[in-house]
Amino acid sequence: MTTTAATPTELTLGKALNAGLRRAVAEDDRVVLLGEDIGKLGGVFRVTDGLLDDFGPRRIVDTPLAESGIIGTAIGLAFRGFRPVCEIQFDGFIYPGFDQIVAQVAKLHYRTGGAVTMPITIRVPFGGGIGAVEHHSESPEAYFAHTAGLRVVSCSNPQDAYDLIRLAIASDDPVLFFEPKRRYWAKGPVDQALANPLPLESARVVREGTDVTLVTYGPLVMTALDAAIAASDDGVSIEVIDLRSLSPIDHATIEESVRKTGRLVVTHEAAQSGGLGAEITASVTERCFDFLEAAPARVTGFDVPYPAASLEDHFLPDLDRILDAVDRVLGRRNSLTGWSAAK
Amino acid sequence: MLRPSASSDIRNDIRSTELLVQLLNPDGDRVPDPEFDHWVADVTGEQLRSLYEDMLVVRRIDTEATALQRQGELGLWPPLLGQEAAQIGSARALRADDFVFSSYRENAVAYCRGVQMGQLLAVWRGTALSGWNPFDVGMATPAVIIGAQTLHATGYALGCLQDGVDSVAVAYFGDGATSEGDVSEAMVFAASFQAPVVFFCQNNQWAISEPVALQAHRSIADRAPGFGIPSLRVDGNDVLAVMAATRIALDRARSGGGPTFIEAVTYRMGPHTTSDDPTRYRDPAELERWAAKDPISRLRAYLEHEGLLTEEFEASVKAKTDDVARELRAACLALDPPHALSVFDNVYTSAHSVLERQKSQYAAYLAMFEEVAE
Repeated sequence: MTTTAATPTELTLGKALNAGLRRAVAEDDRVVLLGEDIGKLGGVFRVTDGLLDDFGPRRIVDTPLAESGIIGTAIGLAFRGFRPVCEIQFDGFIYPGFDQIVAQVAKLHYRTGGAVTMPITIRVPFGGGIGAVEHHSESPEAYFAHTAGLRVVSCSNPQDAYDLIRLAIASDDPVLFFEPKRRYWAKGPVDQALANPLPLESARVVREGTDVTLVTYGPLVMTALDAAIAASDDGVSIEVIDLRSLSPIDHATIEESVRKTGRLVVTHEAAQSGGLGAEITASVTERCFDFLEAAPARVTGFDVPYPAASLEDHFLPDLDRILDAVDRVLGRRNSLTGWSAAK
Repeated sequence: MLRPSASSDIRNDIRSTELLVQLLNPDGDRVPDPEFDHWVADVTGEQLRSLYEDMLVVRRIDTEATALQRQGELGLWPPLLGQEAAQIGSARALRADDFVFSSYRENAVAYCRGVQMGQLLAVWRGTALSGWNPFDVGMATPAVIIGAQTLHATGYALGCLQDGVDSVAVAYFGDGATSEGDVSEAMVFAASFQAPVVFFCQNNQWAISEPVALQAHRSIADRAPGFGIPSLRVDGNDVLAVMAATRIALDRARSGGGPTFIEAVTYRMGPHTTSDDPTRYRDPAELERWAAKDPISRLRAYLEHEGLLTEEFEASVKAKTDDVARELRAACLALDPPHALSVFDNVYTSAHSVLERQKSQYAAYLAMFEEVAE
């Protein structure tokens, strides 16, 4: 018997999203894409490139420049049985649509006792590291992870980008879909015939380790993996978890890892206070306090507005800041103890 | 005024809207109007009587619900007193397959769509966040965030276009809502895509304590033409004028003419809600002036002129309103609070690990009290 093994193709994360969107639009005629410049231009990051040509202006809709309008009309379309996929051009542009997202999209299913579903996907290129001007580098995910009724996910690699966008569109719940814009051009294998992709809710252990659990998502997964490789040269074994789902958080996967390693570091670009790191460290402390060998550590953006591009390298967590936190949870000398302190 | 022909060029339909369309004056005299008359020419005496009954029924609902609030059975009630013609005249022009997106004062519209008495009250008794299934009656449950629903209506209308059906979405909102950005965005989207949506603004003169002059320097109907949307300004206390205007807008939408904006000029004779005290901000003489333009008394006078107001008919209306009041009260008292753990229901359509954990922990907490009681 011969089987045709699906050959993964090498795609950038942006192209993988494009392929996932294309398939979703092709497979379900209730899927419509709405956004600014998503038609002829193909989106400012070209994620919707070519879709207008193939599916026409009724499915791929260039909208007026109004984020509340995009989300609000998507709600009406959902009332009529459509599955809208909205593109918010940049993270910092989502706030005019915030009211419709948190007051309507998130609540309509609950409000109506389940009568009305809101299968709306809201795509948001997020995060910094591209030297952009203000409002183009933010990480607003915690606002949405804090809002009941929304699911929040973020992809870190092309395969997950392809799978997660399709799972998000197929979900009957509204999904905030955060795309790591500085990784749009990162390449990786994508198997478009994967039969059973990891569910929307699940985190993934992307590197196994025994000494420290390092939890992150989106753009910093690659950085975390680099940190793990660097640490391994130093004899430290880091287990890296890619959250994928920011709401709900897959606490079971994190818990299992921390029970093994006894140490937790969480890193994200978003500011620290009230962020995902706070939720994860609090939950780990509640759930497996007795397994912890050290206080968990967070490596995050500072509690400042996103700074000017020439300062962003100071704002963004990087490999060295992550390793400094790893040293902290291992009780090794670090920036807080002072580098000259004896160990 | 808007030309009645739906096939006419939209650009020609945009004109000043300082004129108020009126077919029934406050004395109940029929005012002939060559442009609008034929839109209500088919309304029979029986239908006029039916509109009159509708208006008395919803006024009775208001009275009874206000009483229930005063007796502690409802937490709050937003009366529509004075706006009966605006709501009944427009809602009775709709088809079953049209879809309404409203604010929270459109109880008369809900009544016309077939919402039951208990369903009308659940929100105000605090037993649910929505009273009814929107798809059962073709009407979304009210949006409390002012103006938000105008975008939902526009999106629904875009869906009607996509589906190639001639159903129309109708957005109900007030004069205060017209200051919200969402209403402007809705008009931009509706005009851009020529969406089959009717923007039905009840200008009841007051947004809680803020007079309409604070929201609009010119007539509200004048805004729409700036968006490329033809508009009409009608006497909102004249059920016939409202019905004619709504029919014009619906006909335009159904035949590919795109959106229309209607400003129904009316008056909120009661408080904003039962928690409000209009005596703090409103001149009682103003209320008196508007009471003289009451929508129900003018239709009653017209029925009388036409010989349609028989004793027998009045008795039947009286019986109907009494029945509705009884039904409303009984339905209110029958609304019990839902089960404690239902607080977790319907947040999501499928399992959510974090919520499941919170639910099971709270269930264990509640069970603890039962154990103690045993």
